[in-house]
Amino acid sequence: MSYKDLVVMVVDDFSTMRRIVRNVLRDLEFKEIVEAENGAQAFSLLKSNKVDLIVSDWNMPVMTGIELLKKVRADDQYKALPFLLVTAEAQKDNIVEAIKAKVSNYIVKPFTPATLAEKIAKVIPRS
Amino acid sequence: MDVRLINPFLTAAMHVLKTMAGVEVSPGRPFLKKDSQATGDVSAIIGITGVASGSMALVFTEECILAIVSKLLGEAFTELNHQVRDAVGELTNMICGDGRRRLAEEGFSLQAGIPTIVAGKNHYIMHIADGPRLAVPFQTEHGDFMIEVAFSNK
Repeated sequence: MSYKDLVVMVVDDFSTMRRIVRNVLRDLEFKEIVEAENGAQAFSLLKSNKVDLIVSDWNMPVMTGIELLKKVRADDQYKALPFLLVTAEAQKDNIVEAIKAKVSNYIVKPFTPATLAEKIAKVIPRS
Repeated sequence: MDVRLINPFLTAAMHVLKTMAGVEVSPGRPFLKKDSQATGDVSAIIGITGVASGSMALVFTEECILAIVSKLLGEAFTELNHQVRDAVGELTNMICGDGRRRLAEEGFSLQAGIPTIVAGKNHYIMHIADGPRLAVPFQTEHGDFMIEVAFSNK
């Protein structure tokens, strides 16, 4: 599998972070990047897009990243979907909560493009 | 004011700007700020609760933030538009988050809200806390910015 066939969804209420993540994903040559401003919008867009990876912020209005993760994992259709949480909430309790909710991996802000690429490679091994 | 609550935010500012935008920053001498007048052109303030309650604000000069956001996003920005204001909010989120993570490692648990962004010449920053307002100027090769932190007296 190559990233060139894959669609990734980026979820963040700040357009700046969506743009930072998008720049990295473009360099990694993903086929398509779908963007959402919060968890609720992301879950809705999941229904109309075949998504192969979600990269979501944690702290957002309307529906947070951890709430989105739990909703995704509770749905048979998406329970195995690779899900990367991007968070400034790197406190131990938060990490434990994310792992319990079956996050695929997480990345702590601030991060470099190389770190994000490494985390993506861990959840979607590149052939 | 307990300086143990302040220093992690200053370290966080240096770490976040270096990691995300490749910008080296150096802190100047902290001082107690007596008025609410912002010392820059765009600011973000974020509320903090937990073992202490108060707020942290970042105040950038136009020259400084345009250079930082240009480096952050890999394209040139020449005016304080919506994208630049959004970036000030996200930088504030990241610095506050990184500072709180460092404080959590020392046993201080804090939560944060969502930042409010204000732009314009001669704007004001209203901290909620009744305690002293500590201001720390930072220098970059692109200009200056300021961090203000205020916690309530308990």
